Order: sequence, then structure tokens, then C-alpha cells
Amino acid sequence: MAAFTIDAAGLRKNYGARTAVRDLTLKVRRGEAFGFLGPNGAGKSTSIKMLLGLVKPASGQARLLGEPLGSRDVRARVGFLPEHFRFYDWLSASELLILHGKLCGVPESTLRSRVPRLLDRVGLGAQNSKPLRSYSKGMMQRAGLAQALVNEPDILFLDEPTSGLDPAGRKLVREIVREQRDRGTTVFLNSHLLGEVEQSCDRVAFIRDGEVIGEYEMGAWQKGRTSVEIDAASISPAALALVELIEGVSVESHTGRRLRLHVEDEDCLPDVVRLLVENGGNIYSVIPQRTTLEDLFLEMMGPDRGL
Amino acid sequence: MSDHAFQPANVSVPEDTMAGSKVGSRAGIARGPGALRTILLMAKITFIETVRRKLLWIAGLAGGAFLGLFWAGLHSMMQSMSPRVTPVNRLEGIGMMTMMTLYAGSMMTSLMAALIACDTLSGEIASGTIHAIATKPVNRWCLVVGKWFGFVGMMTLYVLLIAGGTMAIARLEGGRLTPHAGAALSLIWLQAMVLLGITILCSTRLSALTSGACSLGLYGLAFVGGWIEQFGTIRHIKGCVDLGILASLIMPTDALWRRVAFNVQPPILGAAGVSPFSSSAVPSTAMVVYAVVYAVLALVVASIIFERRDL
Repeated sequence: MAAFTIDAAGLRKNYGARTAVRDLTLKVRRGEAFGFLGPNGAGKSTSIKMLLGLVKPASGQARLLGEPLGSRDVRARVGFLPEHFRFYDWLSASELLILHGKLCGVPESTLRSRVPRLLDRVGLGAQNSKPLRSYSKGMMQRAGLAQALVNEPDILFLDEPTSGLDPAGRKLVREIVREQRDRGTTVFLNSHLLGEVEQSCDRVAFIRDGEVIGEYEMGAWQKGRTSVEIDAASISPAALALVELIEGVSVESHTGRRLRLHVEDEDCLPDVVRLLVENGGNIYSVIPQRTTLEDLFLEMMGPDRGL
Repeated sequence: MSDHAFQPANVSVPEDTMAGSKVGSRAGIARGPGALRTILLMAKITFIETVRRKLLWIAGLAGGAFLGLFWAGLHSMMQSMSPRVTPVNRLEGIGMMTMMTLYAGSMMTSLMAALIACDTLSGEIASGTIHAIATKPVNRWCLVVGKWFGFVGMMTLYVLLIAGGTMAIARLEGGRLTPHAGAALSLIWLQAMVLLGITILCSTRLSALTSGACSLGLYGLAFVGGWIEQFGTIRHIKGCVDLGILASLIMPTDALWRRVAFNVQPPILGAAGVSPFSSSAVPSTAMVVYAVVYAVLALVVASIIFERRDL
């Protein structure tokens, strides 16, 4: 049987009269890092909870790792760092990982070697016996991350994994996402830190008002939509006319020394520059204006409607 | 840029790279620790919680103070007794003071049961602590039952300390052996179990404070119902007796206390009529069985609700 790691179609969740998730339709393949993006209240956390079996969908169908949502078989293969990363704070980090490992059915003998290794990996090796209540927010989040990895999951759900972390901690999360992806684990990442998502994920989906409104391969939105800003003097109208003859190039604006072009492919830029210079132009700089994930997010979500 | 430019890409994903029902090295992974292991694990962690959060120690210290006061009071009473007091009257006095202390102790253990349990599920649901636990390959009902066992462990120690300690002091200081001590201890323990069960049940749906208020409200209802029933028994007012029985069916804690009182009270207290320390309307064995079923049923319903609810 062929299946996606996550295969959800039309999942819906209502809380009374309020619809939290209208239509969650997603396909996520094995071993990819998948970013799940949306504004506050868009239904991201409820979507994750439905996929994890914490919340029952009102309608729709979904399978995780080819199994029904929430089945014990699936949960044995899932790692989850919850958004608020609250754990039993009277435990030490070691004890927390042993508890969660045992709840996953990981043998005690395996945990004896795995727990110190995981705590070292998240930078808590020296703090492993201190109670969690003495941890900072960032340390707690690192402990939560180690907890999510204790069963060597096939799919890892990270709900805002970097919200409490400093730059070193965020780099650590990126590295762990990469490591997990390399070992074939699917990583499902929900984060408002779009720069992190852009660096970590292979694909992203956008959710707005409880509905998935778009999916993109990372960077694919650049295709056919790059603007180029050229600082140039002595550009004649004839030179601009010749530039527009290059396939996939059009002039957006030309004011003083500021020339703005739209190009479908950055590979044509050397030809553009050569043509301008050959026709008497003096080029000072050529800067492609790339659309960041944040630009894309803001355009997808439209104007801020408040909360 | 136009919205058109942001139309979702029709991302095609080759199916041969997809996860099947068995993924790589994870094929054949265990389905979790099993019901019994989960229950034992949660019972242990819950008991450790009561220790690490100093609940057990503070309760023990307060219990020690409670027993110390009783011991001092009993000693003082013994010292003040004239040598001419007959052994029967001396034992009656010791019995009365023991009863009063047991009554206060049974209230303490019942309230303790409600207090320790009101935050357990509701608090973890509200804080999100339960999310990392409930996504593990375990049955949710095992989490509830495991926590219950953990609290049962703590409450058993507490009942032994408070009620058992009271009886032991009565024996050591006053030389009075509490009649039916084993049955009395079991009934006081059962009172705590009833409160524990109903509080855990409430905490599956209500907030911690509301769960505590609900349990204590029911405890108060049983208390008043018990008085009404005793009054009705003495004055032969059937309506009052029926109301008392109804209250006992809603919350059987006071009926259990009256059964304890009947077992251990000195004759003079039994003859005194209506008092919180004595019993003139003795609940039947059926009521004790009902209380056992009540406590178990509360736990079963709590498990079912928790198994089914959204987290």
C-alpha cells in the first residue's frame, strides 16, 4: 500500500458554532521537512491536534503513516513538541525523557544510552539532573525537543519549536530538523519565525481561516516573479526597447538612475547588462529583489484584520 | 504582485517516495508499554509528584501536629481524672475524645482527597502538560487509573497516619482499644476514595477550582443530609429520613462516617442522640457496598470521559 506520511482530506473541526478548521487537505511525503504557516487563530494548532489524535475531527478523512489518526501504532512512531512545552517540572530532564521513553514502550536498556545522548545533543548534558522547574524557557524547550526524539520517531511534529530559543538554540533546531530529515523522518514544523522555516523546510503550506490555501516547494514562488533593480546612468530609450526584446524581460519602471525590470529567470541578467553597456549605459549595481517567505506569507494572508 | 501569481502550485509528489504502513527501521516497533505498565508508571509518577511537590511531607507534618494535639489533650484529660473515677467512666471519656478526633480526622482525609485530585487532570489539560503524554502510545484511561492509584497510595498513608495514629494514641496513652478498628479505618479510607473518585471525575471536564468546589459541595450536601436523617430517625419523621437517604445516595461520605461512628462510639455517645460524633441512624451494609460501587463507577466514568474528550 502506497501512502503519504500525512494524507488528510477535508478535515474539519467545530467548537460549538465556531469553526476552527474548515478544510485541512494536505499530503506530506516521507523524509521531508514541511512548514505549516498561518496567522494567529488560523487553525494551525487544532490541525496538529487532529493529526495527533488529541482532537477528533467533525468530518473528513486522514491517515498518518498509512494508519488511522490516533491509533496506538501511529502514536508509537510520532514525536511531538507541544507549543507550550509544559512538562512535569518536579522531574529532572533525564527523568522526563525516561518517563516519555517508557510511555513510548522504549526498553529501559535502550533508554540508558539514548537519554544522555539526546540531552547532550540538545545542550543539556550538564543540566540533566536538575529539576525542570529551575530551567529557563529556552532550556525547557530544549528538553521538550529531546523528549520528542526519545522514541526515534518516523514523524516529528514541532509546534513553535524556536519561540523561546536564542540564536544558538534556533540553529540547534535547524540542525536537528536536518538530521531527522536525513534519517528519513518527516518533520512537520509550525512556526511564526518564517526565516527559520525558510532555512529548514522543503515545502510549506499556508492556512487561513481554517483552510489550506496554498502549498509551495521552498523557493518555487520565485519562478517567474523576480524583480531586478539596476542602478544605471545614460540609459537610452532605444536600449530599453532592446532589453524588452529579450525573452522573459519587461521594464517595470525607469526613473533617473533607477531602472526596475521584471525577469522570469535570473539567467538572462548577464545579457541584459551586456546590452545596456553596449548601448552606452553605465551600470553601478544590479540587485535581484527576491521574494522572501515573509513577503509571500503577507501577500497570501492579505491585510491584517486584527485578532 | 497579483494574487493570481500566488495560486497554489499543483505540487505533484511521486508516490514511490511515500511512507507506507511500515517505515524504514521503524517496522515492527512496539505499540507502547501496555495497560498494566502504563498504570504502574503513572501511579509511580503521581506518587513521586506528591513527594517532590512536598505535598506528602506537609500533609505528614500537619497530621503530626494534629496527632500531637490529640495526644496532649488526652494526656491532660488523663492527668485531671480523679483516682475515684471508675474504669468504665475513664474509658468512656477516652472514647469520646477519640471519636471527636476521628471525626475531625475523617474530615481532614476527605478534604485532602478532594484537594490533591482537583488539579490533576484539569490542570494538565489547561496547561497543555497532557499533550505530550496523551500523544504517546497509551490508552488514556490508563493515565486516569494510574493517577488514581498514585493518589490512593498517598491517601492510604494519610488515613493510616491520621485515623490509625489516633487509634494508636488512644491505646498508648489511654489504654483504650478502639473497637472495630480495622473496619473503621477501611470506612474512613473508603470515604476518601469516594471523594477522590468524584473529584477526578469532575476534573475531566471542569477546571481545578470548579472540580474542588463541586466535590466539597457534594461533601457538604452529604453532611447536612446526614444530620437531617439522624434528626428524622430520632423524631420519627419519614420525610427527613428519606431526604437523608437521598443525600447519601448522591454522596455517601456522611453515611460512611455514621457507620464508623456506630462501630467505634462509646455507649454514652450513642445514647446522646444527634451529634456529629455519634450515630443514631446506622447506614446498612448495602450503603457501604453502594459507596464502593460509587467510587469505582466515578473512576470508570472519568476514564470514559477522558478517553473520548478533545484535549
